[in-house]
Amino acid sequence: MRIENETFVNRIAKLTGKEIYRCFQCRKCSSGCPVAEFMDLLPAQIIRLVQFGFKEKIFSSETIWICASCETCTTRCPNEIDIALIMDTLRQECIQEGYSPAQKNVYLFHRIFMASIKDNGKIHELGMIKNYKQKTGTYFEDIKLGLKMFAKGKIKIFPHKTKGLNDIRRILDKY
Amino acid sequence: MKVGYYPGCSLESTAWEYNDSIKDICKTLDVELREIMDWNCCGATSAHCIDEEASFMLSVRNLEIAEKEGLDIAVPCSGCFSRLKFAEKNALHNERFKDKSSFSGEIQIHDILTFLNQDEILKRIEKNVKNPLKGLKAAAYYGCMSLRPPAIVDSTDHENPLRIENIMDLLGIEVIDWSFKTVCCGGGLALSRTDIAKTLIYKIFSMAEEAGTDCLVTSCPMCQANLDSRMHDVSADFAKNFQIPVFYISELMGLAFGSRRTGKWFRKHLVNPKKILKMRGLV
Repeated sequence: MRIENETFVNRIAKLTGKEIYRCFQCRKCSSGCPVAEFMDLLPAQIIRLVQFGFKEKIFSSETIWICASCETCTTRCPNEIDIALIMDTLRQECIQEGYSPAQKNVYLFHRIFMASIKDNGKIHELGMIKNYKQKTGTYFEDIKLGLKMFAKGKIKIFPHKTKGLNDIRRILDKY
Repeated sequence: MKVGYYPGCSLESTAWEYNDSIKDICKTLDVELREIMDWNCCGATSAHCIDEEASFMLSVRNLEIAEKEGLDIAVPCSGCFSRLKFAEKNALHNERFKDKSSFSGEIQIHDILTFLNQDEILKRIEKNVKNPLKGLKAAAYYGCMSLRPPAIVDSTDHENPLRIENIMDLLGIEVIDWSFKTVCCGGGLALSRTDIAKTLIYKIFSMAEEAGTDCLVTSCPMCQANLDSRMHDVSADFAKNFQIPVFYISELMGLAFGSRRTGKWFRKHLVNPKKILKMRGLV
């Protein structure tokens, strides 16, 4: 494997705090992570790879997309490394640098969520779920659940809209 | 007592019963909720996952409006609460965001549980209990976002919070202690990696069953929707027969206060909560 430009770790440190240099691999982040069993690299391994600049390996990993943002790692790290923020930052860098996300549907869901906010200023669940199901071809998964929720009146047919939509559209221009 | 109110998107749809029950109990407790004018989505998990700046700008718009109105805000949704707290901290302390908003930190942002746990409100809760929920066994389930990270949400009780238990105690509920009250339910991955969410839900209900609780009690609308809507599927997938309804704390408060609206709330649940309440002689 090629060792990437050393400034990668500096860039991540600039965006998330210089504590990242302190990691001594105690793995507290990884043993407390509720989704570690679904990851291809443990959170502690991601941190080590950032320190060593193995950008490609990080950006092609599923871990950064599997992270559920529960913030347990950040809360418990004895070195005060903001691991959850690092995961956010790595996802964003991954997209910005043109890598293809290793969990396409997770990324797609986030994009569709943003587009729904852009349309209404608030989330319209029905529209958002319909878009997601359409784009992933998973209409039939969860159809029973969807109908049940609909029957309970838990899903609104029409969106609520924020009046200041212009503010919102300016923020979400690119979605 | 008057406080600003930021309901968030879920409370207008999947968590309608949470919104309605909060408004109902606040009337009883003589707390006036004033909804923030023309609020927008906080950006939730998706925004902070893929676009930190958009996440900040969406959340801070709400803070700016609330600050102009001059009211502290109470936030029922743990997700929204967390994003608004992130925006607060970023607006005040993060060099990258400081110049991007007019928010100056003059108002407080309260998670609904912290708000309800003020001494004065706890006194009012105690005074308004007409029908103590004697015999009901309940375990508190907090999830993640009202507790973590503590440096952002200003929590001191994040490993063993007792905010829900304090209230349940006043309602006469038998509080069940268990070890999974702050473990993630995978709500953020419920649609895109349903398999992961289901595994986490399975673990939570398994532990709840083992602890011998009648029900779970939460304040997070994502947790409630995720657990309530997937319980039957998870039971089928893991060859279990879970029968554990998930209440919002405000619903049980309403029930204990003698509210007439409880039927409307309980009808919204996918896992029928009335069964256990009937068994315990509470409806």
